[in-house]
Amino acid sequence: MSYQTPLAKARGLGSAKKGTSHWWMQRVTAIALIPLSFWLILFVKQLFHGSYADITHWLSSPFNLVILLSWAFVGFYHGALGLQVVIEDYISHEGLKISLVWLIKLAFFTGAMSSLVFALHIVISVG
Amino acid sequence: MTQRSRPLSPHLQVYRLPLTAVISILHRMTGVLLTLGLILFVISLSKIKTGEQAFSSMQYFIQHPLTELSIWLMIYALFFHLCHGIRHLFWDMGEGYEKILMNYYLILELFGSIACTGLSYLFVHLPGAA
Repeated sequence: MSYQTPLAKARGLGSAKKGTSHWWMQRVTAIALIPLSFWLILFVKQLFHGSYADITHWLSSPFNLVILLSWAFVGFYHGALGLQVVIEDYISHEGLKISLVWLIKLAFFTGAMSSLVFALHIVISVG
Repeated sequence: MTQRSRPLSPHLQVYRLPLTAVISILHRMTGVLLTLGLILFVISLSKIKTGEQAFSSMQYFIQHPLTELSIWLMIYALFFHLCHGIRHLFWDMGEGYEKILMNYYLILELFGSIACTGLSYLFVHLPGAA
């Protein structure tokens, strides 16, 4: 038999888990992404019309690099939080749901890390 | 027996969704789509990292009209998500719930996202200021 009190049992069954901090971070990252996203357009301009020297030079500016990587990091975070909600809404099988949320978080963490490593690699090799 | 008009349940298959509901669904769809954009961003960095030749072939690829169109649709999705996201932030603060203004805000955010996309297009393709 379980010695858990009914209240503890009810708490354990709650669906919200870390609902408040999830909701809050979704908003915090959303606000951060409003100005940061415009930096992406500068990057897109380089992608379309910059020479290789132009784009590596652009990325080597610490300001551009910090803003662009911040955009990527906050974006991956915001995207992981968003996809988590989508998964939780449409997938009812508990095991599959938890696995997918973990998978998304791992994949997005890897994505953020990759953008950091690739960007540093570019900057160091241009030196 | 007299027929009384009873309220109908908004069954998804027969109910004409109000524009606000369509926009709400689009917000979620563009959100999911934009995570693909993040992956494309990482791929573009990886190409630049690989070297000049990889960068040039990517540049050739993205300048193809169909690729470019998809990129601009993606950027439009970004600005749409951003503009509707701002409305969500106002809703979170308890503002902007007036029913008669719903479509007004909607036009505002559609116009805003089109304007942002158009200005970005001009910025990207006009020479200078790189």
